[in-house]
Amino acid sequence: MDFLSSVFQILDSTLRLSTPLLFACLAGLFSERSGIFDIGLEGKMLIAAMASGAVAALTGSVWMGLGAGIVASMSFAAIHGIASITFRGNQLISGVALNFLASGITVLVAQRLFWQGGRTPPLTDGARFGELTLPFADAIRPVPVIGPFYADVISGHALLVYVALLFVPLTWWVLFRTRFGLRLRAVGENPAAVDTAGVSVIRMRYTAVAITGVLCGFAGAYMATALQAGFGKEMTAGRGYIALAALIFAKWRPWAALMACLLFGFFQALALRPDVVAKVLTVQVPVPALDALPYVLTVLVLAGFVGKAIPPRAGGEAYVKER
Amino acid sequence: MTTKLPYWADIVLVPLVSLMFAAIISALVLLSIGQDPAAALNVMVAGALGSAYGWGYTLYYTTSFIFTGLAVTVSFNAKLFNIGGEGQAQIGGLGVALVLLALPVWPHWTVALVAATLGAAAFGAAWAAIPAYLQAKRGSHIVITTIMFNYIAAAVIVYMLVDVLRPPGQMDPATARFPEGAALPTLHDVPGLDLIFTRSVPANVTFFVALAAAFLVWVLLWRTRLGYEIRAFGQSESAARYAGIDPVRTIMITMLISGALAGMMAINNVMGESERLVQNATEGAGFIGIAVALMGRNHPFGVILAAFLFGFLYQGGAELGLWTSIPIEMRIVVQGLVILFTGALDVMVRMLLVRLIFHRPPPEVAAAARERA
Amino acid sequence: MTTRSDMTGRQATAAPPAIELRGISKAFGPVQANKDISLRVERGTIHGIIGENGAGKSTLMSILYGFYKADSGQILIGGKPVDIPDSQAAIRAGIGMVFQHFKLVHNFTVLENVILGAEEGARLRPSLAKARSLLADLARDYELDVDPEELIEELSVGHQQRVEILKALYRQADILILDEPTGVLTPAEADHLFRILRGLREQGKTIVLITHKLREIMEITDTVSVMRRGEMTATVKTAETSPEQLAELMVGRKVLLRVDKKPAQPGRTVLEVENLRVTDSDGVERLKGISLNIRAGEILGIAGVAGNGQSQLLEVLGGFCEARGTIRVNGQEIDVSGKHSNGQTRRARGIAHVPEDRQHLGLIMDFMAWENIVFGYHHDPAYQKNRLIMDNAGILAEAQAKMERFDVRPPIPTLAAKSFSGGNQQKIVLAREIEREPDLLLVGQPTRGVDIGAIEFIHQRIIELRDAGKAVLLVSVELDEILSMSDRIAVMFDGRIMGERLPEETNERELGLMMAGVAGKEAAA
Repeated sequence: MDFLSSVFQILDSTLRLSTPLLFACLAGLFSERSGIFDIGLEGKMLIAAMASGAVAALTGSVWMGLGAGIVASMSFAAIHGIASITFRGNQLISGVALNFLASGITVLVAQRLFWQGGRTPPLTDGARFGELTLPFADAIRPVPVIGPFYADVISGHALLVYVALLFVPLTWWVLFRTRFGLRLRAVGENPAAVDTAGVSVIRMRYTAVAITGVLCGFAGAYMATALQAGFGKEMTAGRGYIALAALIFAKWRPWAALMACLLFGFFQALALRPDVVAKVLTVQVPVPALDALPYVLTVLVLAGFVGKAIPPRAGGEAYVKER
Repeated sequence: MTTKLPYWADIVLVPLVSLMFAAIISALVLLSIGQDPAAALNVMVAGALGSAYGWGYTLYYTTSFIFTGLAVTVSFNAKLFNIGGEGQAQIGGLGVALVLLALPVWPHWTVALVAATLGAAAFGAAWAAIPAYLQAKRGSHIVITTIMFNYIAAAVIVYMLVDVLRPPGQMDPATARFPEGAALPTLHDVPGLDLIFTRSVPANVTFFVALAAAFLVWVLLWRTRLGYEIRAFGQSESAARYAGIDPVRTIMITMLISGALAGMMAINNVMGESERLVQNATEGAGFIGIAVALMGRNHPFGVILAAFLFGFLYQGGAELGLWTSIPIEMRIVVQGLVILFTGALDVMVRMLLVRLIFHRPPPEVAAAARERA
Repeated sequence: MTTRSDMTGRQATAAPPAIELRGISKAFGPVQANKDISLRVERGTIHGIIGENGAGKSTLMSILYGFYKADSGQILIGGKPVDIPDSQAAIRAGIGMVFQHFKLVHNFTVLENVILGAEEGARLRPSLAKARSLLADLARDYELDVDPEELIEELSVGHQQRVEILKALYRQADILILDEPTGVLTPAEADHLFRILRGLREQGKTIVLITHKLREIMEITDTVSVMRRGEMTATVKTAETSPEQLAELMVGRKVLLRVDKKPAQPGRTVLEVENLRVTDSDGVERLKGISLNIRAGEILGIAGVAGNGQSQLLEVLGGFCEARGTIRVNGQEIDVSGKHSNGQTRRARGIAHVPEDRQHLGLIMDFMAWENIVFGYHHDPAYQKNRLIMDNAGILAEAQAKMERFDVRPPIPTLAAKSFSGGNQQKIVLAREIEREPDLLLVGQPTRGVDIGAIEFIHQRIIELRDAGKAVLLVSVELDEILSMSDRIAVMFDGRIMGERLPEETNERELGLMMAGVAGKEAAA
């Protein structure tokens, strides 16, 4: 494979791999902007992946799978919401607990349904999101550079990839151009201001948490029904945490989140092609090092080597009315 | 509205009730996958506590969980959530292996034990040092950094075992066996206990080291100036600064101690049981430490009790995996439920207890309230 | 706008009162916060509500604003009974509240804060446009000028308060409740606020002013109600009462409003500060070259509105803030560079510190009283059993003794600090710091949130320390306290000392001008 084709292949993988990160990152955005810290993106993605993989296998319909993934994710989001909002519990611990719960339950249920060692069976075509060819892809292909770029990198992805990309401007519009968005952002900075204005802090936060559940549902469903063909144990492999790092990197802004997720996806794509890395760096990089790259980058982001990130002021604190 | 419980209820009743909730939900989960909770419980009790052999396994796991539970306890007292116990324990194992493989022969197991302890503690502490430093100096959230370091630790171990420490000609990624004189006596080898443990069991003398560590942690936190500073800092960083307590120093020392304790777990499994370093030696013990610390109310004595409970769950869970069709992941579900109820939903449990059992606030609080009015 | 006919005359008027409360009661567990409260506030008046901490004023206002539901009683607005289950209902009833701690979103603009919760429709753009024009009208009518596009965090405190008032007026409030509005204002800003309030009154709005400042009540209110221990003890016309009478009604006995003290006998210089400069983490200079000194046996009072550098001064002297400049204690220099500055060295040099914020600095609320008694002094060899272990039993005994000597109620050392009232918490801190017999005692807002009875006790103890030949640096936003306690007064404004005065040679007006940044000769004029 010549060098340009390798590059395009990596870029193609980048887009594919960034998608679950993007969904999860936008999910975290809504939650954190409303003041609820959510470490549990990982668990929600995982349970959504299992649910969608299982239902898609059982029903043969990828849409049923998507729906099941969303429902599963939302139920975990509900638990986190109840613990964090109604019972004012420690949000970090709640997230950690739910991640463990998801790790265990996904295997238990998958095993019970399919007896395949905790996996769901491989999905066939109708039960997966197939590749979409964008208009004019084949026509443009002969054009040098732009042609293969459009035809192979941009076109040919599963539907959910494009949905994720569309969610970015949608999120921006909701946050900054609607009444709901104004109130949501206010709740994350000073819930007392919202409360005294007569708007329910609790309702806003639950709504945000519900949106998080929906978006994580998309993330998990994408992993099991598009990125791969079914659910496997621990298939999310820390993506939920990486999405969180991307969120901090992006300073809780939608378009920056897109950039951050593409960057992290790029590193994940690199790990799949150690030969290309070796060629560029002229040195053989051990595979575990490439695997660890996204996690190392996360730490660098958090260490503030990419600027100071100020979270929503009321983040992580339960709201108690002042006496 | 008041969620004030008498001290004893807070320490004892709340964890018990939380455990009860976790147990009930676990039973429901079992039912939903078509299993019989009562039968499962029977298998667990029989396998974990029904024979000396079972106890030998239960106590072996308990030992590991005491260490990782203490690690989280120390950090929690400074309000630092060290979720990196798993990675710190793995790197601690690397320390044990490097130390023990450094000599071709060890004169006596006590010497080897001391050396291995130092190695485990040092390596575990070192693995906690970077997240600690980033939190102290740059405000990077320690929860996420320690989680990341767990993944990085796994990668480091894979690399070390596959490319560096694997003896030539060996297929599986592991180090060589540890040399003569580095084997720890199991509980079967302890004179007197061999009457109970008639066969060799994984539980070994590290168990006593763990108990000693728990005592030392208690002394540290509640009897020394350093412990006073750690707890004060955990309660209020601003007040700590007023009192001349240095936040950076406190965070670093706390996390180093925490990492060292997590690393010391490796003595139990790497030195005491497998006698070489293998991949995924820790098997999730670092994460269970979180549950253990929460159930134990962040107190060393509670940690010992909670570690025993989880030792039982672990061994019982393994037995379930062997004798029933319940996957071993069931124990992760229980772990998550315990953390959920003791850590995040503790307000719910308290509110329930206040409503159902304790209708009045305790006398001292009422007196103070009258005083205020 | 048309003026209203005189409503406070002897004529029987047909217009119902703006607010009427009948028999309002509210209990929280065993504590009866409001007991059978009855109140009438006439329309178009400024009505004051005064009372000590814990008297129940905040609870009453929270009921009016829908935060709590009264256990019994009736609320009538404009003569009609209303039900106020939440803030929405209160707003609909025409009630607007300006809180002591502003409820503003710091990184939103003025406009966004005003429309929050009162937006028109789901899309923001139309709401913002409408609000902009309405805001311009309101600003013009009531002297409430603010730039609608400015971010809250860039506004002065006085301007932020105007945004709060605009919020209420935007929602067409007829009744405005202000909770301790002048605590964060300079005297000049407070005057401006009163002008605004008078203007609102002229327009027929009703204003309820909750405050503990007797002087303000006398200055601006038409009528005043006094609350004590959950009950409404009296309602009088302001013109017919006096501060002494009001204080007596608040506490239930005669109150000494001035402190009795012998003249000072200052000795050698204990503290010398030269050209102290502090820059905060955002790069803003907070202390711009402070120089002062204090002698043994003398109380130096630092007057000034909160936020002009006093906190930073205390933090530097207390050892938890970096600075540039020189500080000498008993002739010896202390390192302020930040490399070694910490509270331990300060304490070793004989400096004790009663901080402004006892709950977040001075005490660990969840620690027991005996653990708090050694807070900051936990390295003292007297508290150790040996090099490793602390002497917990000994500390407990000493805590008991200290608490008894300082009349902390209840004198139970094993109670958590949060279980004590504000005054008793402060006494624990004072017991700890004063009994160290420091050469220099730093005290910030010693009587904030403390009941009048405890205030006398605390002032006595500080005077005693001064009479024993120690130096005291007293920081307070209460001018009364500064004037009655200090032997010398320095006024801080914007990180600088505007001037020093002797209390007998100055007055509140002069000090107030200095607090607002008007320096030297003009202030004395």
